[in-house]
Amino acid sequence: MGIIRTSRLIFDYIRRDEEENVEEVNRAIDNLNVDIEKGSFVAVLGHNGSGKSTFAKQLNGILTPTEGTVWVSGMDTSDENSIWEIRKRAGMVFQNPDNQIIGNVVEEDVGFGPENMGVPPEDIWRRVDESLKAVGMTAYRYKSPNKLSGGQKQRVAIAGVMAMRPECIVLDEPTAMLDPNGRKEVIKTVRELNRREGITVLLITHYMEEVIFADRVIVMDDGRLVMDGTPREIFSRVEELKSYRLDVPQVTELAHELKQTGIPVPAGILTKEELMKCLLPLFAERFPGKVTE
Amino acid sequence: MSIKAEHLTYVYGQGTAFEQYALRDVNFEIPHGQFVGLIGHTGSGKSTLIQHLNGLMKPTGGTVCYDGTDIHGEGYNLKELRSKVGLVFQYPEHQLFEIDVFSDVCFGPRNLGLEKDEVEERAKAALEQVGLEEKYWKQSPFELSGGQKRRVAIAGVLAMNPKVLILDEPTAGLDPKGRDEILDEISQLHDDRKMSIILVSHSMEDVARYADRLMVMNHGEKAFDGPPREVFGHYRELESMGLAAPQVTYIVHGLREHGVPLDSSITTVEEARDAIVNLLKPGKDGI
Repeated sequence: MGIIRTSRLIFDYIRRDEEENVEEVNRAIDNLNVDIEKGSFVAVLGHNGSGKSTFAKQLNGILTPTEGTVWVSGMDTSDENSIWEIRKRAGMVFQNPDNQIIGNVVEEDVGFGPENMGVPPEDIWRRVDESLKAVGMTAYRYKSPNKLSGGQKQRVAIAGVMAMRPECIVLDEPTAMLDPNGRKEVIKTVRELNRREGITVLLITHYMEEVIFADRVIVMDDGRLVMDGTPREIFSRVEELKSYRLDVPQVTELAHELKQTGIPVPAGILTKEELMKCLLPLFAERFPGKVTE
Repeated sequence: MSIKAEHLTYVYGQGTAFEQYALRDVNFEIPHGQFVGLIGHTGSGKSTLIQHLNGLMKPTGGTVCYDGTDIHGEGYNLKELRSKVGLVFQYPEHQLFEIDVFSDVCFGPRNLGLEKDEVEERAKAALEQVGLEEKYWKQSPFELSGGQKRRVAIAGVLAMNPKVLILDEPTAGLDPKGRDEILDEISQLHDDRKMSIILVSHSMEDVARYADRLMVMNHGEKAFDGPPREVFGHYRELESMGLAAPQVTYIVHGLREHGVPLDSSITTVEEARDAIVNLLKPGKDGI
């Protein structure tokens, strides 16, 4: 069993009138079975309203299942006695950095989590040091978070989660509000945490370019899991992705379009380098002596 | 309505130790009906600039003119300007507040003091224009999906019948299909209503596809200004400004470095496909 597992998970948003009578039931997650391996980098895709964020909130007990079960490190999220332990194990980072930062100084903000957990002071500082180093923000530790760029604020938010020593980080569209550089910064940081520290990462995003490095991509639609595979497998199915209101990276799209015209390009091209590697021999043949492979 | 900024400068905390230039000697002219993409990293001055364009901020130096008249000149009716220059902020759905979608869209034109019939007429037209089906009009805006809410918010601005529409990252947080839908609708507005559009975006792919002209802001100054194909040719400089070019541009430049005779100004997937097909399969299109 993986670090996160759900079994027949169902979640309903229930709207009630003043007399507490049920007015409307909205099923956000519908019979979801997922098993996430420890140490893996998993990307979750799906259109607005597909249930991604509701799913993310199940993973540290912000929401608990209407039916079915969610286990985090073997603990059931519906069990109130484990909820604090679960929140230590699975940290969350949200979309808007300004809603997540509370400290006046970067290092205080990062220390807030462990302090609340009752970690002894000298230990807190050690954790703050390590976390800031892990996200590459040590140079900013005495700065005010207000003076940081969006990407830097998100890295501070991630450091704040790291200071709780989680096994798993769930990021819900952490780059949606950032500029291209900020996006790159955050994704690089998350990848390094995954690779170097072995943290399990669950990344929810609408940017297809950000998921090509993932070990696994899952696609949600109407609260259900509809696609599950490596980025290459998922992005080979261009038309199917589009039917779920999603897209593929521009490189993949170009490769797909070229394939449609009969140019021999394999499905599921993910990077510029891969595409160039298949096109250059064709160009070299067509323009001998002019094009080098 | 043509827009002209001359020596536009804005300084935060002028005369104090915290003095900081948000805009520094920015000059441009946007003729009526242009679709302009405005890009720049966070803090580059984009938002400060667009707030000057409908008089929400007053320049500390220089002028903003519409059709040749300075908007901060004596006797200029800024209220009227704001009904002609519609500004859609980031996450505009946070500004929805009415009990149903239709009333929310009516709020703007009603405040202009128009007759009830005219107000409703405009709200209807605006909602149709953004592609929100009639079955949602009597629903609470808070029960709609993210993309739908955003459409309602844009409709609220459209109902003012602006001549210029300025949008600050209208697609942030939307799924890919939602992004395409909103941008297609904006592009449609540009064509149907002959509006000028200024689109602030962090997506180079989007501005490459839709804008006639790109303005790049960097540290409060205008760094580049020209058609997307020309601006993205400076991709190395753009990178040093925390920006990038569309992925396609990198592929084209990568191939060119190996001697493939592709046009360096390609910025969209369609252009790249056609150019590559033309080179690899000559004769197919009679070339």
